[in-house]
Amino acid sequence: MNETVLEKLKVLAESAKYDVSCASSGTSRSHRKGMVGSAAGWGICHSFAEDGRCISLLKIMLTNSCIYDCAYCINRRSNDIRRATFSVTELVELTMEFYRRNYIEGLFLSSGVVRNPDYTMERLVRAVKDLRTVHRFNGYIHMKSIPGASEELVREAGRYADRLSVNIEIPTERSLQLLAPEKDFRSVYTPMRYIQEGVLESREERMRSRFAPRFAPAGQSTQMIVGATADTDKDILSLSSALYRRETMKRVYYSGFIPVNGYDTRLPALKQPPLVRENRLYQADWLLRFYGFRVEELLDDSFPDLDLELDPKLSWALRHPECFPVDVNRANFEWLLRVPGVGVKSAKMIVMARRYGKIRSDQLKKMGVVMKRACYFITSHELRADRTVQELRPERVRRLLTGGKEKNPLQLKLVFEE
Amino acid sequence: MNVFVYDRTFEGLLTVVFEAYVRKTFPDLLLGEGEVLPLFYDVKVEVLTDKGRADRVWQGLQRKLSPLGLGVLTTAWLSELPEAELLLVRYMRRALDASGNVEWDFGNEDVLRATQLAKKVSQETHRLNQFLRFQKAADGTYFAAVEPLYDVLSLSVRYLRDRFADQVWLVYDLKREYGYYYDGKEVREVRFEHPAAHLQTGKLDETLMDKDERMFQEMWKAYFHAISIKERANPRLHRRNLPVRFWKHLPEKN
Repeated sequence: MNETVLEKLKVLAESAKYDVSCASSGTSRSHRKGMVGSAAGWGICHSFAEDGRCISLLKIMLTNSCIYDCAYCINRRSNDIRRATFSVTELVELTMEFYRRNYIEGLFLSSGVVRNPDYTMERLVRAVKDLRTVHRFNGYIHMKSIPGASEELVREAGRYADRLSVNIEIPTERSLQLLAPEKDFRSVYTPMRYIQEGVLESREERMRSRFAPRFAPAGQSTQMIVGATADTDKDILSLSSALYRRETMKRVYYSGFIPVNGYDTRLPALKQPPLVRENRLYQADWLLRFYGFRVEELLDDSFPDLDLELDPKLSWALRHPECFPVDVNRANFEWLLRVPGVGVKSAKMIVMARRYGKIRSDQLKKMGVVMKRACYFITSHELRADRTVQELRPERVRRLLTGGKEKNPLQLKLVFEE
Repeated sequence: MNVFVYDRTFEGLLTVVFEAYVRKTFPDLLLGEGEVLPLFYDVKVEVLTDKGRADRVWQGLQRKLSPLGLGVLTTAWLSELPEAELLLVRYMRRALDASGNVEWDFGNEDVLRATQLAKKVSQETHRLNQFLRFQKAADGTYFAAVEPLYDVLSLSVRYLRDRFADQVWLVYDLKREYGYYYDGKEVREVRFEHPAAHLQTGKLDETLMDKDERMFQEMWKAYFHAISIKERANPRLHRRNLPVRFWKHLPEKN
């Protein structure tokens, strides 16, 4: 441990930072005798970087050398950046020392592809195996599965890692061909399938014997880059939704494209990463996973991209005024969830609280409902029903909520002399 | 106005509820022993904490509330907020008087506020677990100083003992001047009559540090800066997620 390790740490973290996944959730494992650490189940963010993103795991590459030349990637072969490689000992010591100081929940290990996929995957597996079996590390491990790696290696990785992931990066094969001609969808989907099979088999074996080894108990995740290609939000979310149908897929991450290789003319010239679009995709992703929405409801061919001005739920509600207003004292949980300004927590609270009596709007506000948005979409025994989206029409509600110029005709004008 | 004076312990508060039911008089104001009484009051009750009575109130509550509802009481109590005591007395009274369980009656102001307060305290515990940082001392003990908003250190012990079961550690609340020490076998509460410098500043002196401690702090700091994407810099989000009050004890922010 010395200056060179410090330099390597900087280089390899710089190279790993565009991978957005940081979750340390999905595995609950308490301390075991003779081992170091635990896994908290809900995940803990131990710090937050200056870009506001959570730091939960030591997110690092084993090496940032790579044989591929993908247009969107900072580590592409033709880039003139500093290259470094950690030895397993260095990596393990860093992880353990950081972990013991409560800096991290565990390790997120990734790598550039050196020589060939299997060679790279083998080195990754050796590192996590060492961490688990020699150093008895019981914390969280997230490992990248290298596209094109063999089934045996993926199977071995799943025994040591809590979560495995393969990044799709580009949502349509056509665009992938353009930006990363050396890759194809097959090389991504094959390891995803290996992971899926591994998890399901292990689950079955554990039904028979509780001593059967666990396989990637926190499932898998993936990531898509947003804004590097012409693909629409509909392309992206349809793919996400298809992926979520496999039960081992826990998270799809969206990464607003940052033009790391400005010289490559296949890429769009962006001044700013598309952060608003990325945020809207995450909101829509949440609607798919926790609010019972289907992709076809949010986006279709006539409306292929999410509205950047409004959140996707509000945007959906304004396109479907016929569904509103919803009576907060009668509507079922599923319908409460569809009201803009009502979240999962407040919907649960409303359902519980109304068993004791009718709920007024001041109580809704205290429970955390955002009345500024919700007021156009709800009724109750005491709310006047003359200012809902039905009476005002969606266009007007939209103007009111986006801060477009709308004067209240009843409001008195104050005239100030200049 | 009815004033009840008690010793400002949770058991004391339960005894207050017992006394109130016996007298059929409920407090409008709660004071700690020796605190200044208001100029005008109707009744003053000195409550002596009594374990037997407190237990009876608790058992009564156990019949009316789920473990989660009981948790609201014990957790919200740790907020140490002046308004929490009366809020909890009203919550308990409501629970005891009702025929069913009231803990989900979020339309009721007291139930909602007590639940939200308990949530805030739990949130602070989570933050403590997030942002606590150990420094390794030369003798191998891991030391962490904390200054949580609420008195939540006791709620963190479970996490710490589970995760750091094979290290010797000391966590110390600088504001409330007590801590927990784990010797590798069991955890005990510790107080110091003459606190050493690091129990006042929260920082281990160079001479007390393990020889590699400084280096790992530097490495962590380097990692922290390298992992941030400059094009996405977002100081507001950064401060919202990582409130400034924690920065003092974070190696990456110093």
